Amino acid sequence: MRDVSRTESTGVDRAESAEVTRAEYCVIACAEAWRDNGEVLASPMGLVPSIGARLARRTFAPDLLLTDGEAMLVAPDGTVEGWLPYRQHLALVTGGRRHVMMGASQIDRYGNQNISCIGDWARPKRQLLGVRGAPVNTLNNPTSYWVPRHSRRVFVEKVDMVCGVGYDHVGDAARYHRIPRVVSDLGVFDFDTPDHSMRPVSLHPGVSPEQVREATSFELAVPDDVPRTRRPTPEELRLIREVIDPGNTRAREVGA
Amino acid sequence: MSDKTTTTDEVVSRLHSGMTLGIGGWGSRRKPMALVRALLRSDLTDLTIVSYGGPDVGMLAAAGRVRKLVTPFVTLDSIPLEPHYRAARESGAFALMEIDEAMFMWGLHAAANRLPFLPVRAGIGSDVMRVNPALRTVTSPYDDGETFVAVPALRLDAALVHVNRADRQGNGQYLGPDPYFDDLFCEAADTAYVSCERIVDTAELTKEAPPQSLLIKRHTVTGVVEAPNGAHFTSCAPDYGRDEAFQKAYATTPWREFAARFLGGGEQAYQSAVREGSWRS
Repeated sequence: MRDVSRTESTGVDRAESAEVTRAEYCVIACAEAWRDNGEVLASPMGLVPSIGARLARRTFAPDLLLTDGEAMLVAPDGTVEGWLPYRQHLALVTGGRRHVMMGASQIDRYGNQNISCIGDWARPKRQLLGVRGAPVNTLNNPTSYWVPRHSRRVFVEKVDMVCGVGYDHVGDAARYHRIPRVVSDLGVFDFDTPDHSMRPVSLHPGVSPEQVREATSFELAVPDDVPRTRRPTPEELRLIREVIDPGNTRAREVGA
Repeated sequence: MSDKTTTTDEVVSRLHSGMTLGIGGWGSRRKPMALVRALLRSDLTDLTIVSYGGPDVGMLAAAGRVRKLVTPFVTLDSIPLEPHYRAARESGAFALMEIDEAMFMWGLHAAANRLPFLPVRAGIGSDVMRVNPALRTVTSPYDDGETFVAVPALRLDAALVHVNRADRQGNGQYLGPDPYFDDLFCEAADTAYVSCERIVDTAELTKEAPPQSLLIKRHTVTGVVEAPNGAHFTSCAPDYGRDEAFQKAYATTPWREFAARFLGGGEQAYQSAVREGSWRS
């Protein structure tokens, strides 16, 4: 890849970075989203966020609640510790003790997200899922996003349908609105700027600032000295590779 | 006490074109598919469908029976995008009221409680408000003064749901991990029809499972249909899981061909064709 030199210039050992895959950096970046969240439900959507949430729970965020993907709250070993059917899940959402990481077919600089359709809503060019729970999520509990393929088609100037509410749309409903971060295959982003526009928090090793700017439709300031996503610890690597995802499903969602 | 047992075709004969029908389950989970298949055999049309959408919506859309759909999503779960629903939307086949999952639930609650609306902190700031210009907001009369969406009651002419067990009077029981919202659908409807895997004596209901599994109460139920495998090809845990292979065939076969092969005859013919398995090739 063209950006090996970048990796060297930021002081990451080449041999070491070669052994940690991009997908594993993404897992770490997702896991970090739930650090210090306390005793809340982690709702990861997608393979890499699911691995990240389970990793966080097994390491630095042991109080997180996790489901089996359906109606049971489960411990890391699969032990059922509670019941959370959809109707109770919706109450938990509005109660706010939850941090969801959703997907996004489109996302803009203020964090508006679309999973409903592409094109004019009245007669879409491409019908997608529908709004699902994005409106209730974004107004009630922290909502992060995961984008496995960072591209201009996803990071757009303006989303076609606002499902997840961004900072410029939330207005007076901002009481419980927060978008802690966006994780992509290129890096980690947040909205902690004066006007709540997106900014890079870290890029994954091997990713250049230019690469991120090129893959984003809206203007994104990426300083040359932007931090790098941290390396997984040896214990985290062991958990990812041997315990949580031995089948390497993460590689299906994020390429090399 | 009245015996409410009936058949899928009798249920459909009591419905009319232009009705608003609520369909229970969730996505591709415990959908009343035998009742949907009976709808497809009828000439009912111009329907308003209220559903956490799955293949029920896809099939009715493909068959051109839907005038308007009220939903937060349509999915086959293991296949994220419902192909027939997509095609119908992209050709502008019907009107859509697209609302958030929680708005949908509170709309059913409002109907069940005979309220005109319920306030929900969801929808504000999103394009749900733009694409549904009829939605109104309501401001808290207390000191907080917060503005909410006034989700209108989703009142139904009829509800169609499928559960694991029921008695002849309409007490319905789910045995899987999630009740979904089937009780709410029944409470929000003027008439409700419950299909089930097996009709049992009332006393049997609490021998198999605790009373908390008795999801649907008979006063909300108009008719009960015994329809073994009646949620197929959606899941109906613990009686059976989703028939992933068949769902894949459904999603990849042109609608006309699928309908001709599986929906031309009655429910027995459907179940035989599924069991026979020639579609697997």
